[in-house]
Amino acid sequence: EETLTRYQVATFNFNHVMSPYAIALWVVLASIAKIGFHLSNKVSKIVPESCLLVVLGLIVGAILFLTKQEENVHTLSADTFFLYLLPPIVVEAGYFMPNRAFFDNIASILTYAVIGTLWNTLGISMSLYGCAQLGWLGSASDISLLRCLLFGSLISAVDPVAVLAVFEEVHVNELLHITVFGESLLNDAVTVVLYHMFEAYNQIGEDNIIAIDVVAGCASFFIVGLGGVLIGVIFGVITSFITRFTDHVRVIEPLFVFVFSYLSYLTAEMFHLSGIMAAVFCGITMKNYVEANISQKSHTTIKYSMKMLSNVSETVIFMFLGLSTVNSYHDWNTGFVLLTLLFCLFYRGIGILVLTWVLNRYRMTKYTGVDQFVMAYGGLRGAVAFSLVFLLDERHFPEKKAMITATICVIYFTVFIQGITIKPLVNLLHVKRSAKHKPSMTEQINERLIDHMMAAIEDITGHHGHHYWRDRFEYLDNHYVKKVLV
Amino acid sequence: MGSRASLLLRQEEIEEIQRETGFSHNQITRLYSRFTSLDKGQNGALSREDLLRIPELAINPLGERVVQLFFLEGEDEQVNFCQYMRTLARFRPVDPNQKNNKDGVNSRDKKLEFAFRMYDLDQDNRISRDELLQVLRMMVGVNISEEQLGSIADRTILEADTDGDQRISFEEFSKAMERSEVEQKMSVRFLD
Repeated sequence: EETLTRYQVATFNFNHVMSPYAIALWVVLASIAKIGFHLSNKVSKIVPESCLLVVLGLIVGAILFLTKQEENVHTLSADTFFLYLLPPIVVEAGYFMPNRAFFDNIASILTYAVIGTLWNTLGISMSLYGCAQLGWLGSASDISLLRCLLFGSLISAVDPVAVLAVFEEVHVNELLHITVFGESLLNDAVTVVLYHMFEAYNQIGEDNIIAIDVVAGCASFFIVGLGGVLIGVIFGVITSFITRFTDHVRVIEPLFVFVFSYLSYLTAEMFHLSGIMAAVFCGITMKNYVEANISQKSHTTIKYSMKMLSNVSETVIFMFLGLSTVNSYHDWNTGFVLLTLLFCLFYRGIGILVLTWVLNRYRMTKYTGVDQFVMAYGGLRGAVAFSLVFLLDERHFPEKKAMITATICVIYFTVFIQGITIKPLVNLLHVKRSAKHKPSMTEQINERLIDHMMAAIEDITGHHGHHYWRDRFEYLDNHYVKKVLV
Repeated sequence: MGSRASLLLRQEEIEEIQRETGFSHNQITRLYSRFTSLDKGQNGALSREDLLRIPELAINPLGERVVQLFFLEGEDEQVNFCQYMRTLARFRPVDPNQKNNKDGVNSRDKKLEFAFRMYDLDQDNRISRDELLQVLRMMVGVNISEEQLGSIADRTILEADTDGDQRISFEEFSKAMERSEVEQKMSVRFLD
């Protein structure tokens, strides 16, 4: 027996470690690529990182494809994406959300996210269906209305990953950033509902749908959205409460933050609620309380680990996106691709214009024309649409391949053309940039003074605006919630 | 309530206020109906008590200060509708088309001046360390020690005071707030 172990020391067994090894190599490759991009200053100044990563993925994919290694390619599976790659990004987004800007503009963000996405979905799918009736979609011309609607729902959602990747580099002002970014996060609830709803309708069959199904669909929208928020808040409160008692075991403080935000995401997904909403609101809820409870070192650890994890996720997603493009699973349909792209741009533009016109009547700081253009232009599509379209069941969707190709084209168009041109455009149009400076002592104190003062003015005029609500919330928070959680 | 309010407010009064403050006709009648509902004594003017009776103001740490500022203009202890509107006009949003209008009732300077007066109790146009401390104490509650408050006040004065008199003048105050978007932060959307 002893001799056997001695021989085994020198054994080579790749199969044993294959999967984790591949994953580790992927992460290393993606991260080294990232370093490479920033070494060449000229390229990384013009082209956003996400584009370069997609291109790198494409190259790797092409090599594997040409060398007939296709069965060894780990394409971006929906499970990998939704369970492992997406959560770190949304958790980070929620935790580092500029709360104040977010809640000050929540009404506008929700309008764009809910009504805007609904409008895009209906507009794109109806138009596509109309074109199909006219026979402009070629081989896909016998597509049913329901299948159009499903496709519309997955293609019209603005993607948080792509938006983050591009807007982080552009540094537009806070209002513009939070509007586009908040919309991309909150529209997840709409996308989830519409996708599941139309998928289920499609299985029930167009002729068997009765009014109650439609009503149930509308009701489920509120359940999915608000349920996600509720789960997020519950987990956020639990985390805050637990971190109260970690005084003596500081090393596990970051762990609670990570695990509970991940759990909130998974729990929401378990009930088919919006995982993105859950994770975002978990982060928003816990942040202030957790930071009051944990040590400075833990805080730094949380900050860096979160940023690192989400960065790696983002990198891997974009490389995967490129890699997964190269396969034989395509059906090029010129009419379908071009019309989809056209409708995506058209309805996004119209939607923003009309909604902003309505919103500006009620807003104190108006969105300017330039703002609207950047918001319409910032409607990037990404890996969420990509994963959802791959999830489609080919038995129910004979047009799946054409849909995949069209989705990929829309993603590439938005990530490449819009992603690369947005920075020069922002410069050209003189979009107000974010002025990052550390607020001085006077500014910090006056900020609070002004908040209370404006709340008092609102009380006196008897108008319950957002100063009033913020003051109320702060009062409750300071007098009741903080006593329990901090 | 609305019909009663417009009955009591004469057309020329509305026009006068409109000219002076820039509020729209509807905003004036709406605010007038609020004014009359606050006016418990029914004598066409508000007393301190009338304003302090507003329940939400009770939880606002600076509520009393703000009320006090309404009574600066008139020497007596009453504020009539015109004075009430003049104070509120400062908080009208700045119309982007009239930005060059530097001395409008709702200009940046007028807004900042109101914030400045929140500190400047003795109205000597200087914020002293004591005045700053008082406001800080009201805002932070009980969690912060007197010592910490003192050092915050010292740092603030050190930062803003450029002429070295250990107090903050209005000029120094608005200089320190230069980068802050005061126009936006100190505006309320008055309903039409």
